[in-house]
Amino acid sequence: MSSPGPQSVESRPSAWGGLTALLDTPAKQITAIVIMLAAMIVAPWVLGPYATVIITNALLYAILALGLNIVVGYAGLLDLGYAAFFAVGAYAVGILTVTFGWNFWATLPVAVLAAMIAGVLIGGPTLRLRSDYLAIVTLGFGEIVRITARNLHITGAASGISGIEQPWLFGWQIRTTVDFYYVFLGLAVIAIIVSVRLANSRLGRAWLYVRHDEDAAEAMGIDRVRVKLAAYIIGAIYGSIGGAFFAVNLTAISPESFSFRQSTLFLMAVILGGMGKIPGVILGAFIVVLAPEVLRDFGAFRYLIFAVGLLLIMLFRPSGIWPVRVRR
Amino acid sequence: MSFLLDLTGVSLSFAGSRVLDNVDFKVPASRIISLIGPNGAGKTSLFNCITGFYKPQQGSVRFDGTETLKLKPHQVTRLGVARTFQNVRLFREMSVLENVMSGQHVRTRAGAIDAILGLPSQRREEAAIRAVAAECLTFVGITEGWDRDATTLPYGWQRRVEIARALATQPRLLLLDEPAAGLTSGEKEELIDLIRRIRGERDVCILLIEHDTGLVMRLSERVSVLDHGVMIAEGTPKEIQSNPKVIEAYLGVEEDSLGL
Repeated sequence: MSSPGPQSVESRPSAWGGLTALLDTPAKQITAIVIMLAAMIVAPWVLGPYATVIITNALLYAILALGLNIVVGYAGLLDLGYAAFFAVGAYAVGILTVTFGWNFWATLPVAVLAAMIAGVLIGGPTLRLRSDYLAIVTLGFGEIVRITARNLHITGAASGISGIEQPWLFGWQIRTTVDFYYVFLGLAVIAIIVSVRLANSRLGRAWLYVRHDEDAAEAMGIDRVRVKLAAYIIGAIYGSIGGAFFAVNLTAISPESFSFRQSTLFLMAVILGGMGKIPGVILGAFIVVLAPEVLRDFGAFRYLIFAVGLLLIMLFRPSGIWPVRVRR
Repeated sequence: MSFLLDLTGVSLSFAGSRVLDNVDFKVPASRIISLIGPNGAGKTSLFNCITGFYKPQQGSVRFDGTETLKLKPHQVTRLGVARTFQNVRLFREMSVLENVMSGQHVRTRAGAIDAILGLPSQRREEAAIRAVAAECLTFVGITEGWDRDATTLPYGWQRRVEIARALATQPRLLLLDEPAAGLTSGEKEELIDLIRRIRGERDVCILLIEHDTGLVMRLSERVSVLDHGVMIAEGTPKEIQSNPKVIEAYLGVEEDSLGL
């Protein structure tokens, strides 16, 4: 493309944030990706079992944060009940494997379908509204799912579902903490690839158009309700897949795993790292999971320190930790 | 005679106050038509009725024979109506090229699954979207700075990007809401040339709202005058300039604004 005008060289921020400026050639990008992947692959052998469990959890959060990022970061919809989709996926797997004896892999499409239906039911009526009603409705939806799970017999009421069988893959059972680490690493890589491809697509651009100016987007022929619903449903699919693997990793789920606090932590990962910026969102997920662990020595004070840290970050970097662009 | 755009008896009220009163407005294909009138006459409201943003309580709006009153704005755009806004409304934090690419959304179809799988058809479509956007930008005379954040461009350029974005929807009718506002006299000359080329080379019918009456009189083939929601006159620029009703409507606002 032709060079920008001489006065102010201001390219627009991309989904990669400042990384596009820093890693400006394909060779550099591939090198960076290979180094990152290699580090992630050897991590469990270097860091030991305890850290492996924590990083597995961070990877789960990264997957969910990437899903929520499509809703919040790309389409600009405030979702305060994202844990509900996580719960739908986890409970679909829990109920179908434990109560009905299904194979885990057969339950996955059902979990995804259930989350999509939930997404349409919640999003269909509310996404037509032009304001933050969605935030309130999703907040309510999150609580409804949790309280329903708590009171139904089939979801095991308050004690939840336990004894979920860990899945078999080609005669090998995914069982140990290291096994699950690699499963979540693989899922995170897929989640990143899907996010990147969506961001650079016709649909991904439509989300940004609608987020920046609904009227202008409609005048350009974009069906804002349809586009928002697509974001909401794709976010729901991420959540349900995360929930499904969460269920088989822990082998037990209970309503308290899907509280409003969870929803806020996912949202925090997205906002902390930088909405719409994929590396930022992943970083945010890691901070949300790792910070309380790193601060463990401070005992009960660690949450206070964490909270003050979050406030400072939001005060000084309101658009997230990840830089929008790096000056060369 | 059939018209590209045909409004009959359009009435629009907001909270009891009448904005448009029984407006008839006919536009044949491939013309350059201006809509003028004092501030608050209802010109932009009429645009909003044509593009589906406002729903008039009475009347009929037909585009190329299709009733558009029940359609949403994006469906009207699909039929072939494009618009620009009175205050330039480009998408922030997006490049010039991406802004113009938005116009192709309605002419393309790749969805989430095509994008995730990166199907060859999706890649071809992406390339085609870029090609159309590039052609539209070149057409309006913007040949560089395509990767810049669109809202950082000089104002006159932003106006042209907005026109390029509207052209990217491949319209048959283009509504321009005060396209000359804020432009220098040199830029206005370029705008006149551009509007003529859009009609001449792309066979797009142009309907413009404009306060610069000199520009209106030079450019338009027909002029319609709206005053307090009522269509008070229609004719050639010459007829309008000497129409006593028009002179009266403008006298209360600012004298000499018709350049008489």
